[in-house]
Amino acid sequence: MANWIDACAADDIEEEDVIRFDHAGRTFAIYRSPDDQYFCTDGLCTHENVHLADGLVMDHTIECPKHNGQFDYRTGEATRVPVCVNLAIYQVKLADGRVLIEI
Amino acid sequence: MTERNYSMNGPDAARAVENGLAAADWYHSDISRKEMKALMKREDQPAIRDTIVLLGLMILFAGLGVVLWPSWWSAPFWLVYGVLYGSAMDSRWHECGHGTPFRTAKYNDWVYQIASFCMVRNPVTWRWSHARHHTDTIIVGRDPEIVAMRPPALFRIFLNLFGLIDAMQGWKRMLLNASGKLDPEEASYIPESEQSKVVTVARTWVVIYAAVITLAVAMQSILPLMVIGLPRLYGAWHHVMTGVLQHAGLAENVIDHRLNSRTVYMNPISRFIYWNMNYHIEHHMFPMVPYHQLPKLHAMIGHDLPAPNTSIWNAYREVLPVLRRQLAYHNDFLKRDLPPTARPYREDLHEAALGETATASTHPISAVPAE
Repeated sequence: MANWIDACAADDIEEEDVIRFDHAGRTFAIYRSPDDQYFCTDGLCTHENVHLADGLVMDHTIECPKHNGQFDYRTGEATRVPVCVNLAIYQVKLADGRVLIEI
Repeated sequence: MTERNYSMNGPDAARAVENGLAAADWYHSDISRKEMKALMKREDQPAIRDTIVLLGLMILFAGLGVVLWPSWWSAPFWLVYGVLYGSAMDSRWHECGHGTPFRTAKYNDWVYQIASFCMVRNPVTWRWSHARHHTDTIIVGRDPEIVAMRPPALFRIFLNLFGLIDAMQGWKRMLLNASGKLDPEEASYIPESEQSKVVTVARTWVVIYAAVITLAVAMQSILPLMVIGLPRLYGAWHHVMTGVLQHAGLAENVIDHRLNSRTVYMNPISRFIYWNMNYHIEHHMFPMVPYHQLPKLHAMIGHDLPAPNTSIWNAYREVLPVLRRQLAYHNDFLKRDLPPTARPYREDLHEAALGETATASTHPISAVPAE
């Protein structure tokens, strides 16, 4: 059964940006794309344990702040070395101005 | 006296993992997300401008060298061309490896490939090597890019002013890789999925060098090698001169870049050649900030960093006495004072390294060893 978690207000994230969300001992990254869509991935880079929320969002790419590896945050696909392993992604929906993620 | 083992497969490597120094959480100066986002923002224009200037100067000076060849009047033009090929390409290799100078990813990749060829550094191998240098900066046994070890290999550094060790190793490694093999150390940090790319690049380079050498033989002249290959030797001095200053004489096995990296103010020509990597603490602390934004970052966090060296000369006056001491006292290093506005070093985190402060020099310029 779907378990939707209230992560943040939609306005908490600027356009083309990312924030960190911690829940139940896990960490996630929640993105707002330039076309105002919301996405969620695991919060740590798959290369090393670095928080992606400190990285740079460019279009639909998140760049890790440590080694500049990149992922497409819509699909989790690793697109630039040194990252080689894809990110896990999670469903997101908006309800009453809140961002909910399905864990 | 502590004997260090800088091999990636040696006892210090295992100890670093045991002690939690590998892939540790490093110190960062405070800077707001909004400010950092503005600094990290990518644009093409500055790097396109600088790349056009660099390639334009290379064509100009190599062209003049060729026209005046074999007269000695060509020598000054080769010396300039050599520095652009054998030193400016080092910083282009470095920056484009990070993927930060250009917003357009393929521009970073193009310049990275050209610069890797000039510097004889396999672009696949060295991307992984440099990632490790950023994860585990100057952690003994983990960082494959430590230049000034302890005791410092001063003769090796001297030979590298003419590329005699690094370039030779690069060409030797190119031939090994072209034969389909990897060095065991390379294999320790390059994922298996990437290893075939190392071989492909090496084989491509062998073809290029074979063409240049064939042309030289046909012309019965080293002129083609003066354009491709040899400038890696006769133009290497500038990148070695600036590169040594990045970390030499500072702490090992710490997780605060203020303790193991150095920011040095440099003249505009050296900064163009070096692409602002003289702001080295800032670069290591925030590697996503493009080279053209580093002076701004420096101004924003300077209050939290040790005072920068005021010139290349000033930095060498600090470094050389420490390296000299390290020939005899391997545990000696320079621990630089922080300004009163800075957050203090976390001595508790660096107990193993800073516990050696009995031999640490804390006043750089006066840290000349007793005769």
